[in-house]
Amino acid sequence: MTADLQIADSQIDDRLLAEVALSRAEYGLLVEKLGRQPTLVELAMTGAMWSEHCGYKSSKPLLKLFPTTGPRVIQGPGENAGVLDIGEGLALVMKIESHNHPSAVEPYQGAATGVGGIIRDIFTMGARPIALLNSLRFGLPDVGRTPYLLNGVVAGIGGYGNCIGIPTVGGEVYFAAPYADNPLVNAMCAGVARQEEIILAAASGVGNSLMLVGADTGRDGIHGATFASDVLAQDNEQKRPAVQVGNPFLEKLLLEACLELAKTDHIVGMQDLGAAGLTSSSVECASRGGAGVILHTDRVSRRESGMTAYEVMLSESQERMLIVVKRGREAAVKAICDRWDLHSDIVGEVTDDGLVRIVDAGREVAAIPAHILTDEVPIYQRPSRRPAYLDAEAAFDLAAALPRDPDYGAALLSLIAQPNLRSKGSIYHQYDHTIQSNTVLPPGQGDAAVVRLKDWGSQAGLAFSTDCNSVYCYLDPYRGGQLAVAEAARNVVCVGATPLAVTDCLNFGSPENPEVFYQFEQAVHGLADACRSLGIPVISGNVSLYNETSGVAVYPTPVVGMAGLLPDASKAISFSLKREGHQIVLLGLQRPSEGDGLGGSEYATMLLGQPHGRPAPLDAAHEANLYKCYLKAAAAGYIHAGHDCSEGGVAVALSEMCVSGGLGAEVWAGYLFDESDYCTASSVLFGEWAGRILCEVSNDDLRPLVDLCSEFDISIYNIGEVTAASRLQVRSFDDPQGDSRLLDLSLADLQQAYGDI
Amino acid sequence: MKVGVIVFPGSNGDADAKYAVDHVLGEQAAFIWHKEESVAGFDALVLPGGFSYGDHLRSGAIARFSPIMAAVRRFAEAGGPVLGICNGFQILTEAGLLPGVLRRNASLRFQCEWVHVRVDEAAQATPFTVGLERGRIYRLPIAHGDGSYYASPAQLAALEASGQAVLRYCDAAGVAVEVNGSVGGVAGVCNERGNVFGLMPHPERATETVLGGADGLPFFASLRAALAAT
Repeated sequence: MTADLQIADSQIDDRLLAEVALSRAEYGLLVEKLGRQPTLVELAMTGAMWSEHCGYKSSKPLLKLFPTTGPRVIQGPGENAGVLDIGEGLALVMKIESHNHPSAVEPYQGAATGVGGIIRDIFTMGARPIALLNSLRFGLPDVGRTPYLLNGVVAGIGGYGNCIGIPTVGGEVYFAAPYADNPLVNAMCAGVARQEEIILAAASGVGNSLMLVGADTGRDGIHGATFASDVLAQDNEQKRPAVQVGNPFLEKLLLEACLELAKTDHIVGMQDLGAAGLTSSSVECASRGGAGVILHTDRVSRRESGMTAYEVMLSESQERMLIVVKRGREAAVKAICDRWDLHSDIVGEVTDDGLVRIVDAGREVAAIPAHILTDEVPIYQRPSRRPAYLDAEAAFDLAAALPRDPDYGAALLSLIAQPNLRSKGSIYHQYDHTIQSNTVLPPGQGDAAVVRLKDWGSQAGLAFSTDCNSVYCYLDPYRGGQLAVAEAARNVVCVGATPLAVTDCLNFGSPENPEVFYQFEQAVHGLADACRSLGIPVISGNVSLYNETSGVAVYPTPVVGMAGLLPDASKAISFSLKREGHQIVLLGLQRPSEGDGLGGSEYATMLLGQPHGRPAPLDAAHEANLYKCYLKAAAAGYIHAGHDCSEGGVAVALSEMCVSGGLGAEVWAGYLFDESDYCTASSVLFGEWAGRILCEVSNDDLRPLVDLCSEFDISIYNIGEVTAASRLQVRSFDDPQGDSRLLDLSLADLQQAYGDI
Repeated sequence: MKVGVIVFPGSNGDADAKYAVDHVLGEQAAFIWHKEESVAGFDALVLPGGFSYGDHLRSGAIARFSPIMAAVRRFAEAGGPVLGICNGFQILTEAGLLPGVLRRNASLRFQCEWVHVRVDEAAQATPFTVGLERGRIYRLPIAHGDGSYYASPAQLAALEASGQAVLRYCDAAGVAVEVNGSVGGVAGVCNERGNVFGLMPHPERATETVLGGADGLPFFASLRAALAAT
């Protein structure tokens, strides 16, 4: 290290520290750890690696709460993606990641590069991507920038996924005012590989080469990682240079080339270039391999001239991959890259000194121990304070605020026409979900998407769902976290799959606000506790903090991406009603153990204009039992249709089953409660709580299903039957046989309110 | 029968086409890399769906210059059966092997949905549709952003007269419907000789009921029957 490159302490001013996103204390810590003054490149690399986005400095202690091990876990958090044993020698690789800040500034490219980044995380591991999902949040529809952001994000997700040829099979979209300036764009990808093909991102073997493959490096996205770890300022339009531009065509070539390389004996590791570009990829490779690396920035092909080493190290140009190549195999690797018309450069090599050394035109501009950048990130125990609104909401008298005896039919029609409940067909029809010929349950047909594994000679299928009710999380962050896990798991169960693992994306406001940190902390506890009690490990994830503008934070939004396994993909269960005369049964909880299920419900939010109350608690032991019982019934072939009752309660779930099946249903509300004076009809129809699944079963299977339920101690209620009447009819409590109806709606009216599937 | 599936950079429906031929139909398909210059040994060719060259410039506009395309042209001119699906259809129109062009969908959006098509009453017998039943409605998936077929009114009239407007969009009852802005509701066309056929829907993604429908299988079965008959 030439001493003249070290920055004198007197030159470190607030402007420079702001540019590299380090506090003065963090700078002091770096000097102490280095034992000398840093160079400019070292300072910038440290800023990027110690950012929240890369370094998890506010979240690391909380993330330790997650259960991350299990008999099926091959690789937990810490790699590019989690890896799970799904039997038959196969591995599932999955991860979810946020691209919130870029999408707020440039929705199309922000979302597109979010998709591109998560796909790279999967094929970096040697797995072929088989499914994309997403979880989106916007401000209220038709207000302000929402239409612009929604259209841009949806087009960007489609633009990337459709072109690269990976089906977008599922997702969720919610609208609420706090997301107006801070939309959330979380993209999830899952891939499959034979277990022996899994590649880890570790640099090992002194003298092995580092090859950079794919796009040339430009000035785009410099400081993207630090940008993503900052509160969005009003001038965020000025941050456009921090947003990258995606090229799915190039990534398709990179994908095929990398998967071809993964099957050869030429390489020891791969690491994609995501946030903080070459900095994080080289540092992580070195750190995971327990080795060092030397990188020559002047050997990196540039998109533009005059770039400094600093810029090369921080560029977030997309579609690039760092490959650790066995010494002597460089030409063989280059030949494969050439075949795919991909540029490749040998930019460095693996060393054994534990240092990340950056050399620019013969001058060493950085020589920093990798462990300082990865293992010694300053960790902050942020102060936490319970927000006062939580007590007010817990005490909120919903019964007094809601109408006593509304027109239930009209209420249901309004409810299913709510932006959060109505069909998302106009969105998912812009995503290619049939490519790869594996999609057994496409969007809009089941509680989870199901893709089959024919390409690996397997009968099995994988089920995926992304879920989070952020209104619950706002009203009770702990319960909200628990309920997000339970809903995602239940969705996967409903299609007949056993929940296997979670990937999570934790979206919150600024952790420096004690009340936001309290939400974060509680939601993570809820998530962790539910995962633990349901026996589902967390295998990968991402944290996105600072989702706030002008002091307005988003609702706490810990998105859960769930994967499940079906032994036979062709047996996947949709929620559409199948046959007239079949019985409709409710498995599970007839009522919540506390309250009436209207706290935090879409019904209450619709009528009151904003969320109020407290969501019903999760009974995790019962929930786990319900899954077992339902899955056994599904395996026995009893379940013709299965649907979770979530937002909008039983009435909305029944409506969806009717509309998608083109059949009617007649049910008796009295069956839904064992004490008819316990709750209002609103609670029966629209209340939301966990622990129940609506099923369609044949008359013959009813008896064995009842026996099965008693074996698992799960309640079962035969609430009605499938009809050919093309109407959804709910008879009143006190009139089980007669004509008095709580609601009686035609499928045509329901369909019109719900929108096109 | 041996089917060659041409792989351009950015093709993504290549594996689906191969799967439909290999595993569903029980015949043999192999990939042909776009940098090759021969298609010798193949009985039929498929130009699959995807985004060749990222749809840069215009869908199919760059792929038509790939080295393999000269061989495809010779194969077609010799009467060999050539099927273009989605992006493959776009490439064939760009290459002048099929009449007309494909424009941006009228919705200005990518559309992934199931549609219905029927074989036109006046349609020529192409190797890919000769086995299809007249009057029957076939349900197939589409997934495209640039699928709006265009030919000038005079050209369209000529195509209809010569039986080249093979496939048309309709509803489940067979009544013509608007899907993507295609003139005359045209979903698929063939060349004058009838051996080159292109369509926007994806028969290769609809070969098994577990995927939502198997109405795509007759297109491949038809090819087998046509080849067996020659």
